[in-house]
Amino acid sequence: MAEHVITVALAGQPNVGKSTLFNLLTGLNQHVGNWPGKTIERKTGTCHFDGHTLEIVDLPGTYSLTANSLEERIARDYIIKEKPDVVVAIVNAASLERNLYLVAELLPLPVPVIVALNMVDVAESEGMKVESHVLEAALRVPVVPMVATKGQGVKLLLEKIGRLVEGEVDYLPNRPQVREDHLEVVEEIDSLVNPYVPEPYPQRWVALKLLEGDVEITEMIRERMKEDTWQKVHAILHQHEDAVVAVASGRYDWIARMIRAALIRPKVGQISLTHRLDRWATHPFWGLLILLGIVGFIFWLTYAVGAPLQEWLDTVVVGGAADLANAALSGGPDWLTGLVVDGIIGGVGTVLTFLPILIIFFASFAFVEDVGYMTRAAYVVDRFMHLMGLHGKSFLPLFLGFGCNVPSVMGARIVESPRARLLTILLAPLMPCTARMAVLVFLTPIFFGAAAPLVSWGMVGLSLVVLALSGIVFNKVLFHGERVAFIMELPLYHIPDWRTIGLLILQRSRAFLARAGTIILVVSVIIWALSALPTGDIETSFLATTGHLLEPVGRLMGQNWRMMVALLASFVAKENSIATLGVLFNAGEEETQLATILRQNLTPAAALAFLVVQMLFIPCVATVATVKQETNSWKWTGFSVAYLLIISLLGGILAYQIAGLVG
Amino acid sequence: MSRAKAIPLASLAPNEVGIVQYLAGGRGLTSRLATLGFTPGARVTMVQNFGRGPIIVMVRGTRIALGRGEAQKIIVIPITEGGE
Repeated sequence: MAEHVITVALAGQPNVGKSTLFNLLTGLNQHVGNWPGKTIERKTGTCHFDGHTLEIVDLPGTYSLTANSLEERIARDYIIKEKPDVVVAIVNAASLERNLYLVAELLPLPVPVIVALNMVDVAESEGMKVESHVLEAALRVPVVPMVATKGQGVKLLLEKIGRLVEGEVDYLPNRPQVREDHLEVVEEIDSLVNPYVPEPYPQRWVALKLLEGDVEITEMIRERMKEDTWQKVHAILHQHEDAVVAVASGRYDWIARMIRAALIRPKVGQISLTHRLDRWATHPFWGLLILLGIVGFIFWLTYAVGAPLQEWLDTVVVGGAADLANAALSGGPDWLTGLVVDGIIGGVGTVLTFLPILIIFFASFAFVEDVGYMTRAAYVVDRFMHLMGLHGKSFLPLFLGFGCNVPSVMGARIVESPRARLLTILLAPLMPCTARMAVLVFLTPIFFGAAAPLVSWGMVGLSLVVLALSGIVFNKVLFHGERVAFIMELPLYHIPDWRTIGLLILQRSRAFLARAGTIILVVSVIIWALSALPTGDIETSFLATTGHLLEPVGRLMGQNWRMMVALLASFVAKENSIATLGVLFNAGEEETQLATILRQNLTPAAALAFLVVQMLFIPCVATVATVKQETNSWKWTGFSVAYLLIISLLGGILAYQIAGLVG
Repeated sequence: MSRAKAIPLASLAPNEVGIVQYLAGGRGLTSRLATLGFTPGARVTMVQNFGRGPIIVMVRGTRIALGRGEAQKIIVIPITEGGE
């Protein structure tokens, strides 16, 4: 039998188990990339069933198909322009009414729809029952009841897809009709724009979208029309400006008719698990406490499991590899040993040692998101985040920055508003990560004795204050103080799907290794080359020359060239600054010796300035690479680096001058 | 219920129910809210409202968190208990 590929697009609102179904269908046969030119994830995969090959495309989760957001535009463009063989609309049975809204928008498009009625178990636990065959009879499209987390209903879904594509069943859906009170307007618009609607777009649909004020469609039609004809259309649209609500109401009226017989609602007074949990989780006080507890647990996990693992990787694996390379290259030239051991193995080592912490963060993140808690956390902290122009959802990614800035930047993906997402990415590097804390903990006792903890906390506080102020300023200047609307669905709590969490960890780690990893390696080799060339001695290297060049800036904050070099070296990894100082001051392996030398070389004011710069400086290369990956823009990456560079140097100069005045 | 006055959704106390009358926001906000089910005639139950900060409501079988500003733009008529 000749194989032909069936293209199946998965559409659904957020929180319907779309990724679960996608993972179930495709397993490891999936490819994760971005939609062309966008920073939104595009997942495709293949699935074999009964002699068919199915190409599954996971569309972004959207509430509707009006171009309110990039996600909606992508989903809609794909269906209209690429014309998949089938669209599977995944619907959460526990939230049927709201979920059918997307189905009401999908049915007018010229692609057959199958409804996957997912989470029927969750609905039942909430006291709801959906009679799928009744719904099927009403919609006149195939409806498949499913519990995707348990794999129930998948076979039936695939069978129905097969039968629909083979033409074994008629596809005559009950499409939502335009409501009578604006039927006339739609027809009027339709007759005016009719000759101008380009090929793949359904005509009546275009008229309706114009009435809904869809920006993209309006633009498209306007460009194709003569100015005077457009003016006529525009006048009608202007007269019916409130039609958005009427059109949405019309769809909900249709939904009400569709579910009237199919949905059995819970008895009044039945209190659900979600309701009981939310009394605590969304409480302004207890909710914050619970959030702190969860965040605390994630950090405990990082230190108890991640840090030892990191240490082990560093000493045993990376150290072992370095020893091996040293032994193997012992007869060869010194530069080769240096390149391999310090440049390549050092670089790979940095990447590798990142992994344990990243995996813990990705896992915690995916878990918190999958059980439905993420939105509660966002709800509880939204008040504070709004002051900085952020969304409540920015909190958790930012907070995780205390561990490492990389997952912080990657975690910003959960923030839907593109502006708030960008802002989160720009602010994340100001979170004092563990590597910066390590430098802080090493240096403060040397200079400040008993006051060391105070100085350390002061530095952390300073970072957070700078973060908050930057947030407020960015919001005002870059985004003109526009408020991010806070509208967020709180999904029902449910048991997490381990497969989805596992795949997410795998994909995120792979993305980090592939993109950030290569950049880290390249930068490590470059920094090594700068420190070894031309003489092989760091004291006379290009790096030292750069340090000397930077000395005038350094002098403003009491730093000599060695301290400037240490700052430069911290670009590879923050903890490198200590190791570099050790080399530059010929302190050898002994940390106490380095402490003595540093105390002779730096005044407390200069040390304070160094710490300030270190805290606010350009983030490590892994973070910069991730910023590039997530913003998909060199402009914003450059902006981030330049901003932090300026802020940190200004902060350092200010700290040194003020400390000098105070004595 | 016809005698009750139209008030912003944000003014409902927990467990109170209101029927959406109209949306007072700009086009973008209105479109998003309508999509989520806040259309005239829809029943909205206040789940959590502490007088400041965001609120939680139940509409069309879904729990939705709204900023106070957004909730101020949804105009409802409260209905008295016992009508159910």
